[in-house]
Order: sequence, then structure tokens, then C-alpha cells
Amino acid sequence: MAEKILLRLTVNGEPRAVEVFPMARLVDVLREDLKLTGTKEGCGEGECGACTIRMDGRIVNSCLIPAIQAQGSVLLTVEGLATGEEPHALQSAFHHHNGAQCGFCTPGMLIAAEDLLRRCPNPDEAQIREGLSGNLCRCTGYVKIVDAVKAVAEGRPA
Amino acid sequence: MVVFNAGRSPFDRFLDLSRLSELQGIEEDATHVSFGALTTFRDMEDCPAVHRHLPNLVKSARATGALAIQNRGTLGGNIANASPAADTPPSLLAYGAELELVSSRGRRRVAYEGFHRGYKQMDLAPDELVARILVPKPQGLGFHFFRKVGTRQAQAISKVCLAAYARIEAGVVAEFRVGLGSVAPVPARARHAEAIIQGAALRALPVEAACTELLKDISPIDDIRSTAQYRARVAQNVLRQMLGELAAV
Repeated sequence: MAEKILLRLTVNGEPRAVEVFPMARLVDVLREDLKLTGTKEGCGEGECGACTIRMDGRIVNSCLIPAIQAQGSVLLTVEGLATGEEPHALQSAFHHHNGAQCGFCTPGMLIAAEDLLRRCPNPDEAQIREGLSGNLCRCTGYVKIVDAVKAVAEGRPA
Repeated sequence: MVVFNAGRSPFDRFLDLSRLSELQGIEEDATHVSFGALTTFRDMEDCPAVHRHLPNLVKSARATGALAIQNRGTLGGNIANASPAADTPPSLLAYGAELELVSSRGRRRVAYEGFHRGYKQMDLAPDELVARILVPKPQGLGFHFFRKVGTRQAQAISKVCLAAYARIEAGVVAEFRVGLGSVAPVPARARHAEAIIQGAALRALPVEAACTELLKDISPIDDIRSTAQYRARVAQNVLRQMLGELAAV
């Protein structure tokens, strides 16, 4: 068994350091070691997108990242979206449009939606659906999620 | 990582190559676009030279998984994972790609066609790495076609995948290659179908003869995603669609 490494990360703007095995999955490092349980694990094989986070400016499936490949990286998880007590516009819109039902896909959906709007500030519906195509939702049928993202893109108040 | 997470990896020691600059980067010269093995699907989607010269590779990249996978998955990994259902190999076959393999014993360059010797078997020694993928830039009047058939548009594993490249000269198909995924134990060239089309006039393509010959190029199976019968029929349908578009150039 490999020895643990000292993994240094910037998570939601804060420098963190944690001792983990090099092949530990990043989703487990976040949830178990850093106690950031907003990020969910669904399938554990890169299919469902529940564990989506942003790493060095690009969204990734954190279940498929060995800790060693996250050394020195800058991460954004769902816990980093809000500003203090003020929810992110996407969070407010998901709430208002009932874009979350059971809520399990929501953290990954929010990160993917935030990434989409940074890359493409005025997406049409096809672009929204493509931007979220790696995130599976088994409750909403996606319509309310797309509505929420559209509302934020169009600058409508939640 | 998926196999490792599931506890099915036969290996327990790993070497992280992800920060080796020698294995990164897309380069273009007069004759080739070459890709470091660590080039991600996203890198290909973002590269103007790939859009301009090798549009099938952009489509292959966009057809693989979804964005979070495309941000991490690499061209070298797609090759060395050796799945017959991967979506970049048909495009690499259609473009006549070559691989540069390296080890402490030196470098060698091999045609990508023939690299996959059987299901999950490669012309790759245990101490060798796929270092670069070299793709000749199509010259002259080119026709490019890529289509993946899966259960849905994203996060699907192909039931059939077909990429084609043709060079057209004076109304005749002067050069023609078809790569196929998910219809044989390895990513496959459609040699028999190609032979029917090669040299034919665009106005009189022997479409049905090529579709019949295609059955000699493929050996699809029944599995969790589809049936052999469905795959054979759809492979013929996609070939027919492609030849229809080629005839209209």
C-alpha cells in the first residue's frame, strides 16, 4: 500500500492541506477528509454527474480524480457558490422554479450550470441541455432545471 | 479509474503521467496535425487547426461522454484503453493516423490501423507508451463524415460509430477510408466497402453494392447495448447515408 501524501488544495478560496492516499478519490477527500458533503456520489463511474466540481477552471467528475492528480489544484464545490448567507443566483432560481426535487443531482447541476454560464452567458435551450448533459436527474424531467438556468441567463429575478 | 474504483483493476501500483509536458500539446506543420497522448477531448474541441483540417475528430470528441469527461479524457487514453466502442478511433482510421510509441529502447512509428490486434490487445510492449498521435492533413477537395448511434446524445456508449474521409478529384473518389466502432472486436477499417467506392464517379456511386460488401468488414455481437442484427443493419444504413452525402458533394 502506498504511503499517504500531503495534498495541498485551494477549496472554495481557502487553502487546505490533508493527508490522503494518492489513489484516494477526490470525492472521498472532499466528503470524508474535508467534510464538504455538498458534493454527492451517485454512480461512482463518471456517468451521473452528481459529483461534478470545478477543478482549475474546468468541470470534472470528482469520483474519477485520484487525489495525486489534484495536487496544487483550485477547486470549486457547491459550498463555494453562495456569498455568505446570500445564495448564488442559480441557487435562488433552482429554488424558485422547483429545479430541485430530491436534491441529489442539484450540487452537480449547479456547478455544471455555473460553468455553462461562464463559458456561454446567453445560452439557448439546446446549449443549456448540452451544458447539463453530463448531469442526470431522475426527478424533474429537466424542464424546471432548464427554466431555472434560462431565468438566470436572461437576468430575470428569481 | 472506473475499473480501479470498482475493485476490478488487476494493478495496484501506478505512475502518474499527467504532468509530463512531453506528452502534451497539439502541433501543426505543413503535412500533419500531431497530438500529445495527453491531449484531452476538450483540447481538440478548442483547437482551430483540428476544426479546420480534422472535423471528424472534433465530432468524435464531442460525442464522447459529456463535458466533464471531455475535460479529462485523453486521445492517448482512448486509444490505449483499446475499447472497440471508443469514438475517436473510427476518425483516426478514416484519416490514416500513425502512432509514435516510446520506451527506454527508443521510438517507433506505426500505422494506427493494425495497432489493435484483437479485443484489448495492442501492438504495444509492456514498457512502451503511446507518446503522440500523428494525423496527415487532408489535401485537396475533402469530404468528412462522422456519425455515432447511441441510446442518447450524451454519456452513451456507441452501438455503431462510423467515420469516413474521401478525397475527390475531377468528380471521382480518389481516396476513401471508413473507420467503424462497436461492430468488431477492434476499431475496424471497412476495406471491402471502400474497395467498391474507391475510383467510382460521384454521379454513379455503387451504394447498394458497398452496403452489401460492408457485411464482410464487420462482425458485430449481441451485448447489453444492442444486438448483432441491429448493429449490422444500422452500420449499413449509416454507410448509405454517408454515401448519399458524398454523392451530393
